[in-house]
Amino acid sequence: MDALDGNAIAGQLFDVFGAELTAATAVCASCGASSHVAEFQVYLRAPGTVARCRSCTAVLMVLVTIRGITCVDLRGLAGLG
Amino acid sequence: MSPISRGFRGRRRAEADPARVPPGQYVTDDFPVLSAGPTPHHPIESWSFTIQGAVDEPVSWTWAELQALPSETVTVDIHCVTKWSKLDTVWTGVSLDALLEGVETSAEYVTAFSDGGYTTNLPLEDVRGGKAWVAYEFGGEPLEPEHGGPARLLVPHLYFWKSAKWVRGLELREEDEPGFWETYGYHNYGDPWREQRYSGD
Amino acid sequence: MARAAVLGRLTWQLGRVVELLDETDRVRSIVLDLPEWPGHRAGQHVDVRLTAEDGYQAQRSYSIASAPEDESLVLTVERLDDGEVSPYLADELRPGDELELRGPVGGYFVWEESLGGPLFLVAGGSGVVPLRAMLRHHAAIGSDVPVRMLYSARALEEVIYREELDLLAASHEVDVRFALTREWPAGWQGYRRRIDRALLQEIAWPAAEQPLVYVCGPTGFVELAAGTLVELGHDPARIRTERFGPTGA
Repeated sequence: MDALDGNAIAGQLFDVFGAELTAATAVCASCGASSHVAEFQVYLRAPGTVARCRSCTAVLMVLVTIRGITCVDLRGLAGLG
Repeated sequence: MSPISRGFRGRRRAEADPARVPPGQYVTDDFPVLSAGPTPHHPIESWSFTIQGAVDEPVSWTWAELQALPSETVTVDIHCVTKWSKLDTVWTGVSLDALLEGVETSAEYVTAFSDGGYTTNLPLEDVRGGKAWVAYEFGGEPLEPEHGGPARLLVPHLYFWKSAKWVRGLELREEDEPGFWETYGYHNYGDPWREQRYSGD
Repeated sequence: MARAAVLGRLTWQLGRVVELLDETDRVRSIVLDLPEWPGHRAGQHVDVRLTAEDGYQAQRSYSIASAPEDESLVLTVERLDDGEVSPYLADELRPGDELELRGPVGGYFVWEESLGGPLFLVAGGSGVVPLRAMLRHHAAIGSDVPVRMLYSARALEEVIYREELDLLAASHEVDVRFALTREWPAGWQGYRRRIDRALLQEIAWPAAEQPLVYVCGPTGFVELAAGTLVELGHDPARIRTERFGPTGA
């Protein structure tokens, strides 16, 4: 199934960070590619949301909502700003 | 609390004997595709399934070798942690008992690993005793890539995230290591009948 | 007002359905009254959340079809055959019903005059929705940024906002071209095929003019259009994309 992009998680990210993030620049910790959060390859239909690097498909971010609390793992990012 | 959306019912639910539906689940006739990443397309000529890790020597089967093994066709219910269940699904594949036959190990755990990097962990005893298969057909047809083809792990007694799509092997381990979703807060074991969705349930 | 729309708190709000407008057989616009709405920027979207009586919830994102200057917030929804939320919004929802939503969200896929142009808007199917908001905003502020739009749809009956786009096209600053991919009326003067390199080369601003490009539609459409424009020499940094779930285009 086709992936969406970071625009699809704008609301979730705002929820977690309290700020609009889609225009922010992110750096992939795996391949060093730089892109806007909006350009992430996003897989929404899963036990959680997985955002991948468009260049190398490495996992950049994982968002999981458990018992009403959304946690985000950013270990796949070397930078976000 | 959110207000009720008048007239909204969600996905059409299938009728089912409640005794077959674990707590918190809805039965569907669909087969939703849930994925954490792009569908891998590994060429079948170089495909293999390997049992490795806490063994004297890894054991490996090519696609042709896997197909040549005795297969079973089973009808099972499957339960996804995202709350949908699908009853009486028919799968064909090779039993893990057949693949593990002759494999000596002191390992108590396995990590299933897949093309694309996905992993999930299970106790070794949960893939033995007629409870698990490497499945390559669904409903009598070759398993489609979006559903895990050419072959996926099938472990229907646990939530379906444990039935790793695009499976390429099992790593036998003496110590348990949480896999992909387990690392992010999903339950380490995942018994739908005890509603073990999340860590701590 | 615009900045507050981006930096303000993102809470779930209740809107009341004021009016429903059938755009095509499968597409309906929903006009909402939202007393707490902070305003928005053209291109942003909202998250809509539905709750069934047994507590089951489903959530989807929908682009805002109205301009910031418009009186009411409007969403335009296409019914997906195997959808869970869209059939409810496109068929069941009635005037007077309440709809829970949060927004506006999105800071990347937005256009306002300070970003300049010339503008090239590329729409695949219901991907036209946020681009229409941009066109309405462009008209509302009397912008003289030149705009070209390429709108790909399966058939003329599936073109959303047809009359409005024809009117805009009659104005000298906005050039709207249609590509119909499956069927077209007799005597159709527009494109009769899926977008491809030759088509984009004909319609797009030359790369040398450094247009600001917005592409929205199903994932496959967006990747084809954006990729082709890069091949034609457009700067990837000036191409903004928004991928929708599967629709027809």
